[in-house]
Amino acid sequence: MDIKSTLKMSLVSLKINKMRSILTSLGVIIGVSSVIIMLAVGEGASQKIAKDMESMGSNLLMIHSAAATSGGVRMGRGTKPTLTLKDAEAIEKECTGVLGVSPTSKETQQLTYGNQNWSTSVTGTNGAYIYIRDWEILYGRNFYKEELKNSSKVAIIGNTVANELFGDVNPVNKTFRIGNVPFKIIGLLKPKGQNGMGQDEDDTVFIPILTAQKKVFGSDFPGTVNMIMVKATSDDVLNDVEQQINEILRRRHRIGTNGLDDFEVRNLAQMQETIKSSARTMSILLGAIASVSLMVGGIGIMNIMLVSVTERTKEIGIRMAIGATTFDIRMQFLIESLLLSLFGGLIGIIIGILGALLIKALTGTSIYITCFSILISIGFSAFIGITFGFYPAWRASLLNPIEALRYE
Amino acid sequence: MERKIIEVKNAIKIYKSGDEEFRALNYVSLTVYEGEFVAIMGASGSGKSTFMNMLGCLDKPNSGSYFLDGVDVLHKDQNELAKIRSKKMGFVFQGFNLISRTSAIDNVCLPMIYSGIDEPLRIKKAKEALRIVGLSGRENHMPNQISGGQQQRVAIARAIVNDPPLILADEPTGNLDTKTSIEVMNFFVSLNEKMGKTIVLVTHEPDIAEFCKRVVTFKDGNIISDTIKKKR
Repeated sequence: MDIKSTLKMSLVSLKINKMRSILTSLGVIIGVSSVIIMLAVGEGASQKIAKDMESMGSNLLMIHSAAATSGGVRMGRGTKPTLTLKDAEAIEKECTGVLGVSPTSKETQQLTYGNQNWSTSVTGTNGAYIYIRDWEILYGRNFYKEELKNSSKVAIIGNTVANELFGDVNPVNKTFRIGNVPFKIIGLLKPKGQNGMGQDEDDTVFIPILTAQKKVFGSDFPGTVNMIMVKATSDDVLNDVEQQINEILRRRHRIGTNGLDDFEVRNLAQMQETIKSSARTMSILLGAIASVSLMVGGIGIMNIMLVSVTERTKEIGIRMAIGATTFDIRMQFLIESLLLSLFGGLIGIIIGILGALLIKALTGTSIYITCFSILISIGFSAFIGITFGFYPAWRASLLNPIEALRYE
Repeated sequence: MERKIIEVKNAIKIYKSGDEEFRALNYVSLTVYEGEFVAIMGASGSGKSTFMNMLGCLDKPNSGSYFLDGVDVLHKDQNELAKIRSKKMGFVFQGFNLISRTSAIDNVCLPMIYSGIDEPLRIKKAKEALRIVGLSGRENHMPNQISGGQQQRVAIARAIVNDPPLILADEPTGNLDTKTSIEVMNFFVSLNEKMGKTIVLVTHEPDIAEFCKRVVTFKDGNIISDTIKKKR
């Protein structure tokens, strides 16, 4: 018997029981569409996390000074002023595989321009900071070397600050005040939007770090910084660079072999990996839940196929009497269940995609439908059709033709 | 030498139900030559149905031998038997046994699907078979849309479509009224005489047996009479 005729025959008997076929497929339809939706939502979430992570900059290492202890009371991270500008210079000079080093100090300051004022975090840093954190300058320019060395009063501002102080006017070359100190704006940053924690990345001002220390922040420990950011040339050398930084800083801070670090190096890539893997776990979990409904759909198919075999016992007997082999009978029922599950799978994919788009439209959740989830759904429904169709088909093929013919 | 279509020797069939054993066939031997039209008669429980199932390769005797058109069918497996059924014999049943909700022509096509005939030829042969039984123009009728006599003629078309040498009919007129019965029987006669088919027909009605050339009577698992009324 050729496959085309079997296919045709199975299609005919499915068409005879239209309603039943549709209801049987419903289990698979629901299963497949929920797999598609769940995977789309899960994938959308991890893509969003990845995007948020990228906005922080990639291949980053962050060096903080350790916590200070004052009269037995431990202060927070970065409170012990052990990191210096000289450390940053040493790292830049001695480390291999480093693309840029940027010492930073941060403080909240009041900004004024004309009759407008605004409070925001002011970061004292250098020119490397822009590309270390993946910023782009929309108008104007980055700091010049001389400006950094001479502690010039120049600033690069974020989009939010520009809007609050200047409205629609281009702020480049305007002069505003940080505290009481007048600063000339040399650059406007391209907006980044919110970061992963919901903070507005564009609400920021960068000034040369020497300027910040000498003229704005009024540090108790001149020459120290809150944090040093290091951008490695690639993902692969990140751990090696971290190792080098540890060696350099321990040497420079004269920490013996058994001494505790007075600084802490944090690897942003590791954090990203952790968050990504938890997102991945989430989508696997969602997928697993959805697979359960696929499983239930498969059992539904098996149930109906068993009913169908019993109901069509006589038909099976007739087919056997006029020359059907056990293989022919098995194939017919197997193909029927395969068709049911594939039909369910296809409808499920359509409903799943529509459902995911609907969720996006209604809630604004980011979704991402992967080719993988569609392929896995088709594969899974075919698998279910064959697995759960096999037992009924096998039972049908084992019927005794005489008894089957006598069955009423 | 004449072609032996059926050659059964010393067939014994024992059914067990619980502790009781029942001998449905007791050393039955029968030879049917090509072109014969045999009626098998007997009361219910006489063993005629068991014998018929054996002839149709649906059941095997506990001992004895059965050659169908020279082939030892007792030593074939299920799949080989299925092939033999589709090539060597056509079945006509009492209850018509058409597949419901399937058109007349699709029912007639079925044996050819299993014997591996291509679709265009299949449809051509099915139409021809339906024309022979006088049902041209009803190819697409469903079994429940035509009368009992017509259904039985579809079943006959299905039995002859693969052009088998042997036709087995199990009480083909049992569900039909007298007038239709006579029509169907005349049809079997013409199949036998004009197309040269060998026919073995089970019936318990003497009137029906009248149409046949040879009457074999069963009782308690034995053949008690074998009368040839008309020469082949």
